[in-house]
Formats: sequence, structure tokens, C-alpha cells
Amino acid sequence: MSTKSILNLTVNGKAYEKLVEVRMTLADFLRNELDLTGTHLGCEHGVCGACTVIMDGEAVRSCLLLAVQAEGATLETVEGLADGDRLHPLQAAFQDRHALQCGFCTPGFLMTATAFLKENPSPTDAEIREAISGNICRCTGYQPIIEAIGQAAPEAGGKPRE
Amino acid sequence: MKPAPFEYYCPETLDEAVSLLEQHGDDGKVLAGGQSFMPLMSLRLARPSVIVDLNRVSGLDGIAANGDGGLAIGALTRQRALERDAELPARNPLLAAAVPLIGHFQIRNRGTVGGSLVHADPAAELPAVTVALGADFVLTSAGGERVVSAADFYLGYMATAIEANEVLTEIRVPAWKAGRLWAIDEVSRRKGDFAMVGVALWADMDGANCADACITLFGVGGEPVRVEKAEQRLKGAALDDATLKEVERIVSEELEPDSDIHASALYRREVGGVLTRRALRAAAERGTEGNGA
Amino acid sequence: MAETYIGAPIKRREDVRFITGTGTYVDDIKLPHMVHAAILRSPHAHARIRDIDTSRAEALPGVVSVFTLKDIGELDATVPIRMYKIPGLDKYLQPSLARDEVRYVGEPVAVAVAESRYLAEDALDAIDVDYEVLQEVMDVREAMEDKVLVHEHNGTNLAGVHHVSIGDADKAFAEADYTRREEFRVHRFTGNPMETRGIVAHFDRGKGELRVYGATKLPHLNRQTIAAFLQLPEHKCHFEENDVGGGFGIRGELYPEDFLIPFASVRLGLPVKWIEDRREHLLAANHSRQVTCELEIAARKDGTLLAIRAQIYGDMGAYVRTHGGLVPCSTGALLTGPYRIPNYQAKIHCVMTNKTGLGTLRAPGRVESCFYRERMLDMMARDLDLDPVELRRKNLVTPEEIPYEIGFTRPSAHPTILDSGDYASALRQALERFEYDEMKGIRGLQEDGRYHGVGLSYFVKNTGGLEPYEGARMVVGEGGGVSVFLSIAQLGQGHETAMAQICADALGVTMDAISVFHGNTDLSPFGWGTFASRGTVMAGNAVHLTALQLKDKILEAAARHLDVDASGLTLEDGNIVQPGTEAPALPLGELVAHMRESITPEQGVPELEATAYYNSNNITHTYGVHLAHVAVDPETGVLEVLKYLVVEDVGRVVNPLMVRGQTVGAAVQGIGGVVLEELVYGESGQLLTTTFLDYLLPTSTDVPPIDDLVLEEAPSPYNPLGVKGAGEGGIVGTAGALGNAVSNALGIEVKDLPLSPDRVRAWIRARGDG
Repeated sequence: MSTKSILNLTVNGKAYEKLVEVRMTLADFLRNELDLTGTHLGCEHGVCGACTVIMDGEAVRSCLLLAVQAEGATLETVEGLADGDRLHPLQAAFQDRHALQCGFCTPGFLMTATAFLKENPSPTDAEIREAISGNICRCTGYQPIIEAIGQAAPEAGGKPRE
Repeated sequence: MKPAPFEYYCPETLDEAVSLLEQHGDDGKVLAGGQSFMPLMSLRLARPSVIVDLNRVSGLDGIAANGDGGLAIGALTRQRALERDAELPARNPLLAAAVPLIGHFQIRNRGTVGGSLVHADPAAELPAVTVALGADFVLTSAGGERVVSAADFYLGYMATAIEANEVLTEIRVPAWKAGRLWAIDEVSRRKGDFAMVGVALWADMDGANCADACITLFGVGGEPVRVEKAEQRLKGAALDDATLKEVERIVSEELEPDSDIHASALYRREVGGVLTRRALRAAAERGTEGNGA
Repeated sequence: MAETYIGAPIKRREDVRFITGTGTYVDDIKLPHMVHAAILRSPHAHARIRDIDTSRAEALPGVVSVFTLKDIGELDATVPIRMYKIPGLDKYLQPSLARDEVRYVGEPVAVAVAESRYLAEDALDAIDVDYEVLQEVMDVREAMEDKVLVHEHNGTNLAGVHHVSIGDADKAFAEADYTRREEFRVHRFTGNPMETRGIVAHFDRGKGELRVYGATKLPHLNRQTIAAFLQLPEHKCHFEENDVGGGFGIRGELYPEDFLIPFASVRLGLPVKWIEDRREHLLAANHSRQVTCELEIAARKDGTLLAIRAQIYGDMGAYVRTHGGLVPCSTGALLTGPYRIPNYQAKIHCVMTNKTGLGTLRAPGRVESCFYRERMLDMMARDLDLDPVELRRKNLVTPEEIPYEIGFTRPSAHPTILDSGDYASALRQALERFEYDEMKGIRGLQEDGRYHGVGLSYFVKNTGGLEPYEGARMVVGEGGGVSVFLSIAQLGQGHETAMAQICADALGVTMDAISVFHGNTDLSPFGWGTFASRGTVMAGNAVHLTALQLKDKILEAAARHLDVDASGLTLEDGNIVQPGTEAPALPLGELVAHMRESITPEQGVPELEATAYYNSNNITHTYGVHLAHVAVDPETGVLEVLKYLVVEDVGRVVNPLMVRGQTVGAAVQGIGGVVLEELVYGESGQLLTTTFLDYLLPTSTDVPPIDDLVLEEAPSPYNPLGVKGAGEGGIVGTAGALGNAVSNALGIEVKDLPLSPDRVRAWIRARGDG
């Protein structure tokens, strides 16, 4: 027991060891302790999906986890999607389809879509619409996001585009 | 919107967990999937001084067959694990159909069966379904185990029979009866939202007539609401239009819901009846096909 | 390259940083020694503050400072009204912290600064405030009775009134064959950009300079106010916007927090960060809509519109904020829409209640007035047994009548003039694209057990203008690279791409040679803001004009360098060429290099630069049609929007990807507002919708694919580019089209919103058969 705890985890392939406040959320940890500010906070109560990251292969809301709960976990965040300058197919498709405007919700959508396409690599539009229904975008009206995920699906098997 | 300070414990065994709860009494709070409880903490609507995180306690998850052909579901089983269980639709189609209605997949990835049941949101699917299925909850404390039926577990608005020193460890779901008709339906403002009104029901048939039935509504009171008068009306009757209309009327009359910002009490009464009628019709039309046993 | 950059669907350059998670929003700013603020807000709708005791909070570990209005002392200031200054409103301004009364739930009372946000929130819990709870007034009608006063010393809740009078409406009503009177109500909802507000203020005591991050929308105006408040020279205050997660009217306005956080930094000499959380956003940032209208219409039997009269009531909340009377007054401004209605009279009331202050939300007032008018036209068509489309067509202003002066519909020195358009053409194309005629058969109860209906609304929406100017400065640098510095802010739109397109065409360089910079008050001393779809109109034309001036300067310099006459030169794709001659092209970069190295004192400065402002009070007007096909489950009241079309003539499209993005996004935002979103107040004036579990934003499964048709039939004659702005056309007609569609489906008359299942069920119940 303590109000602080040592945390070991791997984020985007890099191992970290940090002393954290036990009450700190995983989202705040990523943003403030690791300076991975691509994970955004839109509501901090698990509705908007902007803070979605992939933990041990599953898309989760990082605002609904304590950082200490990620002990030993492997995380993927939006910063880990591209391979150097090579965009992930989803990233490229989001730009192609103008699937973002202000860009604030975009990391959450990208991580949701990454996890979704791993499970369902050839989804219908209706399945995509359903899959992203837990992420809120205030700018695009969703349609270009659905188009972008559909466009990326054939090549988005978790690997950057050649 | 940040949680108030607390002490954090992350036990690895159930013994450790329950002794921590014993030690901290009412100050202690169990954290499971956190999908409902973390928002309450961040909003500082909940301010436990001690958190006992169950996520690393071994042996609390998994879906197993219990002796009588039913299911023993570990309380820490993620909702997503139920959703992905290819056997579940055959073993308990009503439960299988309820799970995808919970939140969104990111929530189900983390949310646990036990967490939803203990959180006891009156509009949540799982409490109503466990009541409808006649499930039993195993509550474990340092002093041992006790078993409480789902029906007895829910005591009113977000109130349950669990004590501060207890952990819900297992959900025992009786065997699914061969040929049972079932349906679950809900109306929510948006997909994934808690229901304004929902119904989970089953009916066992004896030929064309209903031999036994259970009708449980959610979102219409402080806890899951079983409408026994409507169940009685079904018994011995065919699921024809006249009966269904009658059941609709009874359900509407029996419900005593509250109004909130999403729907009035009148709306909930009316739509509770409508959904019950529609669910019964859907159950009858689907018949026993794809019905497990 | 494309024939021209303007009009090409060029992918946004902004996107790269956003899709890789490397954008810089205000919460991503981290400065050495930065501390964190949290704000204690009133839990009461109306109460007197007897005492505030901060001693417990100040004693907590990690707490740096706790301050109240007492500490602000003589610097005390109020949120200024910047537009629609109806006489009287200035008696209802909001102080930075509550003075002796709180007047809405969420009003700032004290500020805690600590080493982390967590600790700052702990400090809030330890501030003891002794309140004497007072009676609140939450309803406009009740407030009009003045029995409970929001600001007791003012003696009334009616803060201001504005009259519109065009022609002789009373006479027209007296002589009309047909009149109808209805009361319509639009509910309270708000923009909710995904990024909440946020400020990082850093006062450097050594330099005596203040840097404020997180400013946006109106950075120059906000700087002016904050500099005056802190008694600092304006040029020593630097306002930076960073990346901004959406605006929609609410974000970037000046709020109490915009005083408090810079004040805290000046007081402490430390960088102070405050990031609004979502609950605070719903409680404290501007609410919008909530305008009620008693509307009367007068017409001939044949459907010729003669007059409208309106009593408009804006629920202003507890304080008049930056927008003054904008929301209710804008409701009056375009109430006549695209129609020839020679007689128009309106009385607009700004009424105070114990709610959060009212401000703008994408097409403020225009969504409301389109709903009232278009609903009324459908009712009138039914009364007179006229086809609703024919009724509209008959009354549309014709191209021959344009420019069409409606008259003085705003509290402004300028009349409202419809600048260009072929309204009938847009209507025709909308009906064709929607297959409106083919859908006539699907009205009412259908095989799926649901009632289907189709609804149409026609809108005009003012764009541009409102504030006089925007500026641009351009500098050519090494290699011929062109830096474009904008006065205008960006809240997610795509200026970095669109303005580069405009610049490239006017200047004669390739787009990749151009970089666009914005969002920093150091880039230009003056500027207004990003609102009312004015970015492309005002800043776009400023860029165009600046580029033309710069081009002249470049060619003059090149002429000197080449020793030829400038009139024989032009700039193409970044090369200075002499058309009709064999002379080799001179790359712009070479000219720059030459000037950089060889300029003499006699020849002046080595820079090739230009600055121009586009200055116009003329307001452009886009126009168009919304069409919706809905299905209503009569037993559950659940509404599904099956098909939705927006047609808008934007004058000229700069980037079709972005225009479509604006249109589709706005339509979905509109549908959400009409169907799902509502700020609900309950007992004792408590806001019941303070999380996203209660305040329901539309998600992907709540809306259909939106079809859009963008027209360029009527470029605006008012500006060189002919553009009109495209940010709001997608939302203006949503309430009207959906209200008409649901009415059409159920054979009822929708007069208030939102179209929630509970409300729809109530209408069906009242119909008597459901």
C-alpha cells in the first residue's frame, strides 16, 4: 500500500519504469509523465473515446484506468502507429478522406480502428459505423471516418504500408 | 475531474483481497473493470479512502460449466470474453444477446460481469438478465462464502445485498432449458447508452401454450423489475396477439417507474408494455431455432 | 499542378501532425515550474456569499495559492460585450469571480493553484463557502414577470429590447386573407468541441511580458481586454492559439477564466495552466439556442406572403457575455429567409434567468429562425391546401430582384442585403437530387410499422462581414519560399491549406513553396476573428489581395534586376518569365538570393514583402435547401433519420474536400442538436446534464450518411474571390427540415424541440390514436 507506486510498462515498444501517484489515470500518466500527448482527454469519464489506447491488444479508455493498473502491460498509442515517416494505412486514409478537422478526437478513432480491423479485417460500412460508435467526433459527421477505415482495411493488418 | 486521494492495494489472491476489505471496513472499495466506478471517482462522486483492485486476483475469471449444466462465471470475467465465447449463444442465448448491448466494445474490453452486477445501475442489462435467469451470486468474505439469488441481491436504487467486506466472486447461471423462447430488447437514446426502458424475458412452452415465463424489465425502477402478474397471464396461454396485447397492458399498469431527463414515467410505462409485447413476439417468431439446447 | 489551386480537392497539410499524435493543443504545453489551477464554482443557482474561508485549502501540501475576488482587488473587471450591444445589456455583465452573489450553477467563486491538477482539486474540496440561498428564476416567462430578479439592483430581468420594423406589418395583417399565429420554442444546447477550453498563462517578471497559450477565435480582442485588465502594454502580451480542438462558436470567446489564469500567473510569477474539464464546460462555457418565438404570418389565399410579426425571447442566462444580444437578435435578422416578405416587424427581448450565459453556436439564431419560418410555411401550406414546395417557390426572391435589400434587421448601421443567388435553381436541384417527387408516396404509416415523412427547409445564412477586416502579411524568403502570416485564428478548419491555395493562385507560385502561419498575435497587431463563416471571405480575400501586391513588388524587383520593363514580366509556378520572348525564366529564389546579397542602401530593404487587409462591411449570403426523410416508431417515439441532403451555394469553392467536410459535419451536429442534445435544468436551478452520459452528442450510429451538393452558381459580387464561406449551411436548416419531416410523418405540428422519443410519444398520444 502507498499513495505512490513503481510502474513498469512498455509503450510503443519502449520500456519505462516510473514512480507514479496511485490515483493518476493512465491517460494522465501517458500525457504528463511520458509526454505522449497524442492521447487526448475529451471527457475524462469514459464516453468520448478520445483517450482510447490499445492495452495488451485491446482498445481501452485510458481515462478509466489507473496508471498502476497497467503494470507489466504493453501499450500502443497513436504515436506508435507510423513507422518513422511511413504513415500507417489508417493514418494515410484519414488524410486522403479528410476524416479529421480539428484532429482532437482523431487519435482515439485511429486506435479504435486499429483494434477493430485486427478483429475484422474486411468490415462492411455498417460494421465500421457500429465499431466507431463509442468515439465522438464533433467535426466530420463520421462519414469520412467510415470511408477512411474502409479504405485502409485491406492493407491495415497492423503493419505500416510499404 | 481527477480522483480524490486514496490508498491502493492490488492483492493477488482472494484471501488477501477479502482480508483487506475486512481490515478497512466501509472505507474500502473494490475496483474491478472500473468502467462505471472510475467516472464516479473522477467526478468525486465516490471518494473511497482505500481501493482494493481485484484485477490481479487469480482465479476470478472464466466461464465454466457447473455441475447441473449451467454456467459458473467468474466475477472478473470481462464482458468482452462473454461476447467472444463461441459456445455462449448455445449455452445461454439470452445472456449472449445481452452482452453486446452493454456500452461499446472498448468498455466491454475492460468492464467485468461482476462489476456491472454490483454497480447495479437500474438501467443496465446484466442485472436484469441475471434476475430473469434466476442466477445466484457467490459473495465471499474473510468469514467464508454465501450465496444470494440475483432477485434478492437487488434492494433498490443502486443498493444491493453485498456487504462492505464482501467480494462478488462467481455468478451461477442455471442450465438453459431446451426449447426455451427468449428475447431481450431495449430503447435507449443512443446505441450503447443505458436503456430508457428494456426487457429481458423467456418463456417455456408446452406445445402451443406457455408453461412458464419470466419477464424482467430494466430502466423502469430502482432495480430490475419482474412483472409476475404478466408472467401469470402468460402461463397456459398461447402467444397470440390477444394474449400479447393483454400482457402489454398488464406490464404498463404494473410498472411504477420514475421520470428523469431522458423519459417520463408515463413513457416508461407505455414503452415497457410495448417492448414486452414485441419481445414476446420476437421470441415466438424466432422459435427454438438457434436456441441452444 | 491543377489548372488552379482554388477549387482542387487538395489534402490538408494540417493533418500530418494530427494523425501522428504530434499536434500541440493547449493541454500539451508544459513549461518549467508550471502550476495548475482549478476553479471553485457555485453549487447554487442563486445565492448570497456570506463568507469564503480558504485557510484549510491553503494549508494543504502542494497548494501554491488560493484566491478570491478580494485578492483581485482593484483589477476587478467584467466580461465585455463585443457585439450586439443592445442598450441596457451592459448592466448585466459577469465579473471574473462572483462579487457578492452567485447567479448560476457553475459561476466561478475562487481559484486554487497547486503543483498538480489533482492537488488543485483537493484544494477546492477544502474551501469553505457560506451561502445564503436565494430564490432562482429559470423560465423566461416567469422572469418577464420580474417577481424574482436575477440582478436585484437593476430592477428588471428584461435586460434589453430591440425592434425591427420594415414596411407596415400591421396594415398588411389587417388586409390579409390569411393569418396564423404560433409559438415556437428551441431548446438550450451548446457546441461542445471535443477539446474543452484551456489556458496556459506565463508572466515573465523579468521581461514584464505575458504569454497566453490556448487563445483562439478572437486572440487580438482578448489580448486587448486582458492587457487592459492587467495594466500591461498590449504589445507585451503575446496570445498564442496552438492547435485547437474545435470551436463552434463557444471556444475562444472571453470568459471569466481568461482573466483569472493570467492574473494568477502575474500574481505568482509562475506559468499557470487551467484545463476546463467536461463538467465545467457544460456548466460554465456558453450555452446557446433557447430562443422562443411568437410568430405570426399574413398571406393572400394564393400563398403570396405579405408580412410576418414576431415576439422573440432570448433566455440570456445570468449574465450577458461577449455576444451581447446576438443570439435572439440574429434570430430576428434573417427570419424572412430567402422570401419576398415586404412587411416585417419584430420585437426581440433579452431576458435574464439563473442559468449559464448564452452565446453562439454555429449559425446562432439562424437555426432557430429557419425552424420557426419553415415550420410556419408548412402549416400555412396545409391550411391553404397548397403544395409546400410551390408555396416556397412562389415567394422566393428571384435573381432579377437581387441584390435584394430586406432592410435593417439587425442593430447595425448596415441593412441586410441578399447579395447574389438563384434560389429557385438551388431548390430545383435539391428536389431532383433527393428524388423528392418519387418519395411522395411514402408519407405516413408504412409496411415497417413506422410513420415516414419528408421535410424541407430553405435557408439563407449571412457569412463574412460583421467585423470590418482581416489581414495577411507575406514575406518571400530563401529559395523563394513564401511565408503567409494571418491575422485570423483557426479552430480546426484548414486555413494552412486553403490559404496556401488562394495565395498560390494569386501569386503565381506552387503551393509547396508556401507556408501559412497563424494563431499568434505577434504575427499581426490587429485582427478580428473566426466566426460567422468569415474565415474564407475575410482572410481569404486578404491573402488574395496581399499576394497580388506582393506579386507586383516581385516583378518590379525582377525588372530592376533584369533591366527590363515590369509590365513584360509575370510570375508562373515560382519563376519570373517574360511571355512572348526567348528570355530564360528567373526562379524567384534566385531573385531573392540576389537581393539578399547585393542590395544597396539606395535600393531599400532586402525583403520582398507585402501586407494587406481586406476590409468590408458587406455581408455575403449563402443559401440552400435541407431535405430529410425520417421514420418514426409510433410506439416508442424513436426517430430515425433515413436520408439527409444539404444543398448550399457557397459562391465559390476553395477546397471541395473541406467544404464537404464542413457541410456533412455541420449537418450531423445539427441533427444531434435537434434530436439528442439538451441542457436540462432541474429543481433549484441545478443543471442535470453535466456529463456526456446525460448530454448526448450524436455518434456514428445516430445519423445517416449525409448527401451534399455544393453549388457555385452565385459568386458574391462583394469580394474579389467571390467566396461566401461554408461553415454553417450544413446546420442552419436542420431544425426546420427535421421538424417538418416529423410533422409530415405523423400529421402533427411540431413547435418545440428536441425531437426526443418522450416528446414524440407525447405528440402521438395527444393526436389521440396512439
